[in-house]
Amino acid sequence: MSISNWKYNTEQSLVENHGLKHDEFESIVEGLGREPNLTELGIFSAMWNEHCSYKSSKYWLKKLPTSGDRVVQGPGENAGVIDIDDGDVAVFKMESHNHPSFIEPYQGAATGVGGILRDVFTMGARPVANLNALRFGEIDHPKTKHLLSGVVEGIGGYGNCIGIPTVGGEVNFHPSYNGNILVNAMTVGIAKKDKIFYSAAAGIGNPVVYVGSKTGRDGIHGATMASAEFDDDSEDKKPTVQVGDPFTEKLLLEACLELMKQEAIIAIQDMGAAGLTSSSIEMASKGNVGLEIDLTKVPMRAQNMTAYELMLSESQERMLMVIDPTKESLARNIFRKWDLEFEVIGKVTDTKNLVLNMNGKEEACIPINILVEDAPEYQRDYVIREPSKRIKIIQDQFDQKTIIPDLIEMISHPNLCSRKWIWEQYDHMVMADTIVRPGSDAAVVRVHGTNKGIAISTDCSPIYCKHNSFEGGKHAIVETWRNIIASGALPIAVTDCMNFGNPEKPEIMGEFVECIRGMAESCSYLNYPVISGNVSLYNETNGVGIYPTPAIGGVGLIKDLSKTMTIGLKNEGNIICVIGETSGHLNMSQYLSIIKNKEEGCVPEINLKIEKKNGMFVLDCIEGHLTVSVHDIGEGGLLIAMSEMCMAGNLGVQIEVKKEFLHAYLFGEDQGRYLIEVSEKNYEKVIALAKDYSIYIEKLGVVGGTDLKINHLNKVSIAQLVEKNSEFFEKYTGE
Amino acid sequence: MKSKVIVFPGSNCDRDVAVAIKKISGSEPQMVWHKETSLSNSDLIIVPGGFSYGDYLRCGAIASTSPIINEVVKKANEGVPVIGICNGFQILIETSLLDGALIRNNSLSFICRDVYIKSENQTSIFTKKTNIAKMPIAHNEGNYFASDETLKKIVGNDQVAFKYCNQEGEITFQSNPNGSLENIAGILNDRKNVLGLMPHPERAAESALGCDDGKYIFESILS
Repeated sequence: MSISNWKYNTEQSLVENHGLKHDEFESIVEGLGREPNLTELGIFSAMWNEHCSYKSSKYWLKKLPTSGDRVVQGPGENAGVIDIDDGDVAVFKMESHNHPSFIEPYQGAATGVGGILRDVFTMGARPVANLNALRFGEIDHPKTKHLLSGVVEGIGGYGNCIGIPTVGGEVNFHPSYNGNILVNAMTVGIAKKDKIFYSAAAGIGNPVVYVGSKTGRDGIHGATMASAEFDDDSEDKKPTVQVGDPFTEKLLLEACLELMKQEAIIAIQDMGAAGLTSSSIEMASKGNVGLEIDLTKVPMRAQNMTAYELMLSESQERMLMVIDPTKESLARNIFRKWDLEFEVIGKVTDTKNLVLNMNGKEEACIPINILVEDAPEYQRDYVIREPSKRIKIIQDQFDQKTIIPDLIEMISHPNLCSRKWIWEQYDHMVMADTIVRPGSDAAVVRVHGTNKGIAISTDCSPIYCKHNSFEGGKHAIVETWRNIIASGALPIAVTDCMNFGNPEKPEIMGEFVECIRGMAESCSYLNYPVISGNVSLYNETNGVGIYPTPAIGGVGLIKDLSKTMTIGLKNEGNIICVIGETSGHLNMSQYLSIIKNKEEGCVPEINLKIEKKNGMFVLDCIEGHLTVSVHDIGEGGLLIAMSEMCMAGNLGVQIEVKKEFLHAYLFGEDQGRYLIEVSEKNYEKVIALAKDYSIYIEKLGVVGGTDLKINHLNKVSIAQLVEKNSEFFEKYTGE
Repeated sequence: MKSKVIVFPGSNCDRDVAVAIKKISGSEPQMVWHKETSLSNSDLIIVPGGFSYGDYLRCGAIASTSPIINEVVKKANEGVPVIGICNGFQILIETSLLDGALIRNNSLSFICRDVYIKSENQTSIFTKKTNIAKMPIAHNEGNYFASDETLKKIVGNDQVAFKYCNQEGEITFQSNPNGSLENIAGILNDRKNVLGLMPHPERAAESALGCDDGKYIFESILS
């Protein structure tokens, strides 16, 4: 758009600096019947950026299955809600904080945790578990070490202080994240089904209350920053990153939960991205009402703040509520007890407009429907790339003698080694309900005061998503499903955090479309719906985008915690069985990537029918107490999974395999597989049950000794495996 | 058994310890907000873990000026058993009920993992039932430090409650998670009715959580 076509009084550069396109500005003018003032322009900018409006993704997100027997609340609220029996619900969501974390890793990651916690306790749930999904660039990249240390410290700093255990997560390293790391944080909370709080404002004349921290100038335009690509000057955006205060959040959490017991809250919404703007508009829009706010009443941390700044500040640890006017003083006293701000800043109106006044002057008046319903929605062009083709892997090029050295190299690699260095910096036991700690397939957290628990796992394989977005999308869902099964839980639902590059590029949009299609297929087939989520686009620096990364957080239910399963081997003499058939899929495997330095070939395909059958069989074995340890076979293949079981249980195993192409069998990444440990006594029962299910099962070996041995030829001590497996992070960050 | 758990803004192990005490003693502890000023009728006072006042300024420093603290000190001086766990230990040090200081872990990072501790003092009401015990630590500032003079005093007076050790009970360099002087994990006051320790017995008080060695500390007080 050349300057000469610009027919408005508002400067074109001002509009562009607010991230708004020419036609978007046109529709604002049309909707308002006039040009917006600066405050209004800021509000539109905040609401219509990609982060808040989902304008590129909305159309496609609707294709995901979102309902199910246990779904109490699907996408569209602060977090999704599932029924976990006995009147209890689990409330959860995952959210990205990628852009801020790249600019300032500690605060970016910390406020990511703070934001997702608020999303969950806004719904009336007490948060009981935090998880995360992290991606960093290659380890030799000059920024990686600093970013890794900062992010881990930031996540710990916030979660530890507020006293919610960080029980699990995933991390990996790949050059595609050199210029854009991913920090996705997930929180799970527990509430009573009849005590869930929503954001729809109601009751004309009811007071609108601001609680929490004061508003400062931090984070202004954070959401707009998060909706743009980076370039070499991205560090200059540091002032747009918010600063977290977990102590205040802890007070806010306790105060909100205390007030929620009083039936005083009519609607509640946290102030996250785009702060007061998005929270007030969300409440008004959901309730189909108007709001009138007196900005002079907003508690301020800085002097002389303007309406524009107040509306766009992303100061943390704040909430907006509509309360029952008869409970105002009760509510005020609760917040006073916790030393928090409590201010009536406005009221609910029937005008369906957002009206902002300051010092007696009207600063903005925008019909809510223009902001929300008329928000831009794009069906962007997309191109679907051909999935990468199968390459031929010639058996003659492999020497069986390299199996143990290859195994050691793989378990020492940053992408497969122990994450202990990370999780030991997180308090993963506070609240005293962590039944399965980090390092197993899924974390298991007890529902306080009961004998049931929820199993939670985050996962995604971006390499699969890049080279076959459809299978990659399918896989991301299935991987968490498997992890949840392996811990003895019935998988119920997921949250997704869709991290992609610039959607204006058709090939990136194609990746998005295909990942969604794959995810939808797995979700429908497994009856495992998406109940909440977040989209982060424009993860690009200097035009280079990240690998498509739909990070998935899955949640399942264990009705009886005595049936919880872990990965560690338990007893000498027990038999290890492989569930699921192994063809030896070395294409696009960790083996090729780590040992041969090749990211090549086709992505393994998932047969959902077999996947489901195998999973249900494993769950049935666990239910019947037929197994004592279970581990799903994921990245790196069978031998990596076996080694992890040995290391976790500090026990050896004797593997007997009669396969010609041993490397392919041991390191191939065929899908739908698990390893289970069965006592001799139960072995026949397991084989019989496998027959009933008509699933593929084979005996792999016998537990015992202090070594991992393969066919009496190759062996390595478990102690050496542990040492190699736990070396990387400490060495890397200690340098 | 009338036990009281003090709650500060930012305490986050208050519920955990209350649950453990209830499970072991059968009676529910009373939660006492830090702005209260009375602890009458207390058989046991717990200063729980967490991040009181966000650990801002210095761990435990702000909490140690809360109104309830005068009463905690008074009761301690009257001989009522007082336990400070983790942040509670830091607070008790700030009140001068316990000697020494807790500084930043020598790794300079937060550490959350299981450790083994061994009771050095075998006779106090807190330690007499524990020999070698496994329980988690979770802290940034748990590195016990004291001047030579203070150290000499607390060692000489049998005030070292627990030391970090290995599974076999040997006090080794490797088993010291945070750089604490002489592997000290917990100490007693002169009169042996006040205990401060960094490990969390309340998180290891039932086998479902992986270990129940922590219950011996509570049981020993209750017996």
